Amino acid sequence: MISSFKKALDSGKFIITCEVAPPKGINLEKTAHHIELLKDKVDAMNLTDHQSSVMRYPSLGGALMVKEMGGEPILQMTCRDRNRLALQGDLLFAASRGIHNVLCLTGDSVMLGDHKTAKGVFDLESSQLLAAIRTLEKGKDLGGNDLDGSPAFCAGAIVTPEANPIEPQLIKFEKKIEAGAEFIQTQAVFDLDKFKSFMEYARQFPVKILVGIILLTSAPMARFMNKNIAGVNVPQPLIDEIAQAPKGGAIAKGIKIAGRMIKTIHAENICDGVHIMAIGKEELVPDIMAAADLTS
Amino acid sequence: MIRSITKPKSIEEIERLLDGLNRIFIIGCGTCVTLTHTGGAPEVAAMKEILLESGKLVTGQIVVPVACDNLTSEILNEEMGKIEQADVLLIMTCAFGVQTVSSQLKKMVVPALDTLFIGKETAYGQFNEICTQCGTCIIGETGGICPVTNCHKGLVNGPCGGTNQGKCEIDSNKDCAWTLIYNRLMELGRLDSMRKLQGPRNFLGEPTPGKYEISKS
Repeated sequence: MISSFKKALDSGKFIITCEVAPPKGINLEKTAHHIELLKDKVDAMNLTDHQSSVMRYPSLGGALMVKEMGGEPILQMTCRDRNRLALQGDLLFAASRGIHNVLCLTGDSVMLGDHKTAKGVFDLESSQLLAAIRTLEKGKDLGGNDLDGSPAFCAGAIVTPEANPIEPQLIKFEKKIEAGAEFIQTQAVFDLDKFKSFMEYARQFPVKILVGIILLTSAPMARFMNKNIAGVNVPQPLIDEIAQAPKGGAIAKGIKIAGRMIKTIHAENICDGVHIMAIGKEELVPDIMAAADLTS
Repeated sequence: MIRSITKPKSIEEIERLLDGLNRIFIIGCGTCVTLTHTGGAPEVAAMKEILLESGKLVTGQIVVPVACDNLTSEILNEEMGKIEQADVLLIMTCAFGVQTVSSQLKKMVVPALDTLFIGKETAYGQFNEICTQCGTCIIGETGGICPVTNCHKGLVNGPCGGTNQGKCEIDSNKDCAWTLIYNRLMELGRLDSMRKLQGPRNFLGEPTPGKYEISKS
């Protein structure tokens, strides 16, 4: 089973993915609205997995919704909350229900979320989860036992191009590719010159790179990310630009900035696609795409 | 030297644990908790004052040399009169000491400390966890620095995305283990060892509770 996302990756077109966050609770209206709005505009949508260690409706449930609504899901799976039995079981379930794209993440510490006293599992980490997927595809589980019916996935991972220091991060990036990553969605990028030099390095590997673009919604939000999110660095000129937006116009300015960056990346063919993170404002993804002159 | 590292429980928690238990015998230890200032002679004396102020009766107190030693029972035997008068033993040692005493005296025990980790003093007044005794040592491949212990997530294939300026995502005062390992392997000219994709960890080094016997053969 080759997923439509995998076909799109292989087609050489400029890929567009975005994020949809499942709700805190079982009111799925807003999530369904976002899926309906975006499913025909993007190549695939990521379903976040208890993002920032905040307990929510599961990514697997969100991915099923996308599938049932006719969209293309990318199931995000972190290693924070499940051991290798649970991860493999969920992968089998996903494949059995037509979910064939997985983004493998180690996961944030539980200490950063809303259940700080919970046990962080980390039985596997991102590169081992990728390797586990490749093992399942060969009809074996991690215990070396035969599977009765094996799954197939398009598997991906993440990288932080602006990590400091970068060298250990790049070793990990190469291990993820060795373990089987076919696509990489990056942490938010704001400095295109730095990203270009990362891409000069990354181009040597057989992997599709989708640049992570976060929608800036205000100057304080940009400063908050600089202070609190590892590997995210919003340059001062961009903070100034959004701070100078007229009252009530910060989001419009943020859309313009995101659109401008995507447009440049696309026009200069810097990488293989874009992963748009509109964090809670997914309904604005079509506006960002329009600002970038991207059509579905 | 390795030490059992402890921190005091809050007075509120100790009061809750001692609710309804009015006659108390206090036990401190002359080893690790003396070094960490959590259960040596001054801390035992201060605890006695707190208990007296809250209306408890302290039947006696002692600071044994090494609470986790099997000989502790012989030292406590000399205090048996005061111990027998007590409803409870308030023990200001690590949990090794608390469990040693509780197995020897068959008496209600309340720990006054939380045992944090087995570590060592790395600078004056600073204690760090070095080894979590996982039973499957991998530091031959990581430049002698343990990521199972020193990485918050115990990752064995390199840093997570939370590392920032060489520090850990949970605490900007904690070094990222994988930055340390990278730097060490770089110095040693052994970065290839970090490039090797490590399989899932073996968590069956020794099932909890750990048990080991010297082979008789």
